[in-house]
Amino acid sequence: MNAATWPREDKSRERLLWIDPAAATFGDAHVGDLPSRLRRGDLLVVNDAAVLPASLVGETDEGRRVEARLVAPEKHGWKAVLFGAGDWRTRTEDRPPPPALVSGDRVTFASNLTAIVARASEGRVVTLRFTNEGDSFWSALYQHGRPVQYAYTRAPLPLFHVQSAYAAEPWAVEMPSAGRPLTFALIRDLRRRGINVARVTHAAGLSSTGDAALDATLPWPERYRVPAETVSDIEATQRARGRVVAVGTTVVRALEGVVRDRGALVPGDGVTSLRIGPGFVPRVVSGLFTGIHDPSASHFMLLQAFAGRDLLTQAYDHASLAGYAGHEFGDSCLILRDTSASRGLAAA
Amino acid sequence: MRIDGSAALVTGASRGLGAALSRELARRGGRVVLVGRSIDTLEPLVQEICASGGEAHAVVGNVADKSATHVIAGAAAALVGAVHLLVHNASTLGHVPLRPLLDTDCEELSRVLDVNLVGPFRLSKAIAGSMALRGRGMVVHITSDAAVEAYPEWGAYSVSKAAFDHLARIWAAELAPAGVRFLSVDPGEMDTQMHADAIPGADRATLGRPADVARRVVSLIAGVPLGRGERVVLGRAS
Repeated sequence: MNAATWPREDKSRERLLWIDPAAATFGDAHVGDLPSRLRRGDLLVVNDAAVLPASLVGETDEGRRVEARLVAPEKHGWKAVLFGAGDWRTRTEDRPPPPALVSGDRVTFASNLTAIVARASEGRVVTLRFTNEGDSFWSALYQHGRPVQYAYTRAPLPLFHVQSAYAAEPWAVEMPSAGRPLTFALIRDLRRRGINVARVTHAAGLSSTGDAALDATLPWPERYRVPAETVSDIEATQRARGRVVAVGTTVVRALEGVVRDRGALVPGDGVTSLRIGPGFVPRVVSGLFTGIHDPSASHFMLLQAFAGRDLLTQAYDHASLAGYAGHEFGDSCLILRDTSASRGLAAA
Repeated sequence: MRIDGSAALVTGASRGLGAALSRELARRGGRVVLVGRSIDTLEPLVQEICASGGEAHAVVGNVADKSATHVIAGAAAALVGAVHLLVHNASTLGHVPLRPLLDTDCEELSRVLDVNLVGPFRLSKAIAGSMALRGRGMVVHITSDAAVEAYPEWGAYSVSKAAFDHLARIWAAELAPAGVRFLSVDPGEMDTQMHADAIPGADRATLGRPADVARRVVSLIAGVPLGRGERVVLGRAS
């Protein structure tokens, strides 16, 4: 499947592949048709995390170039993945390894942004302790950092191209991209049809580290916040036999992670290490609105909690032939029981 | 709206009404992000507010610069969480001494519109979306009587403020159903550097003090059930 290399002008005309696991069928529509693929009383849950400018380029004291992609704040600094020479234009797996750093080494990103390696136990994964904090750290990060991006994108991405329409706190180091096509006009249409939209905040992490062994361990533990009003909305939806549709795999991870870690869907903040795949039985989420995920991608494993591998593979093959575009600026997919019975514009 | 505990962002916070609004919001328990173009002017103010027990943070950014939009919005949300109250106070007169329209450079008009209209639009666009999703939030436009009166030589500033008032009304028409409130406040003439630039030699005794005006603006935000794009004129306090 071809990658979308840049955001498109009219999000409502982006394509939507719907997959109905109950009827074992799929078909083509557009993102603007999403409201007609859902029912009154259904609930969409989005991830409202804004995206950090998490990529920083710096130099070691020996003058060696290093790129740090921040992953998450930790007790003593920021967990980060390091890359060697080059930048996003080179595929992560083709990037040379970073210079070997040990605890106490310094990386200078800018005159007002320097970090000391606090921990370097796993090769390219380190903990960076920045020498400034609070207002001065955030101002410097936003001044010098850039969004993490990959080689299939066309040009340097400005920060505004990686934010959703409702982004709030900057927890994500990559765009929670499933929500990218949700414009306010679409959210307004959904609400007018009695389809509510709720939110969680989930720190979407890196999707690639440049190291196959590390990649196999993704996704890493990610922090989430589930607001009390979202729990109320979900409970009301379930009581009325509506369906809870997660916008993106991060929302599945947050909601199902709470249930697994705390025994029930309760509001609050936490960190989840839940990994979802075939055989996982979701207790909160009925369906998923997400990007088009390649059968070789780790997200594809998660999709198999919602539909069988054969159906997903057939739908993916169809989407490839039909010219759908992949990755974060690409087309979308709705996996939901009984969506084929809704008033869609096309059928398989 | 409840100020205590709210996350507030004030642009043009280095001096004048913006500084006074920041102090007042922090005094009432707001967690305030002060936005201005220079850390050197913001930092002493942040320290002063923190020293008196308030919470304040400095974010450097020029609202007229498109690339600063998400820098301001992102850094603010990192420091205080999702913003509940956005106060568009930053403003420029354009060239001073003020000049007739026939002598106003086209580029100068564009620059004034960038600071007074387009910049606030961008910042609202970056922040009001999260308010609409949450179903609550307030955006305040600090305006001027020049938005409605046609004073000679105030052309660039005046048209920018007229459009700014209407921008608040349209935002409100679109987002009131989602629970986001917009309000324009004309604070009246104040004893500020901006006033001195516009009308050198004015009798300062006749001008409002920014601290007094800020108290009234914040009381208005806190207490009055407004927010559908109304234009509120603060008369001189008796």
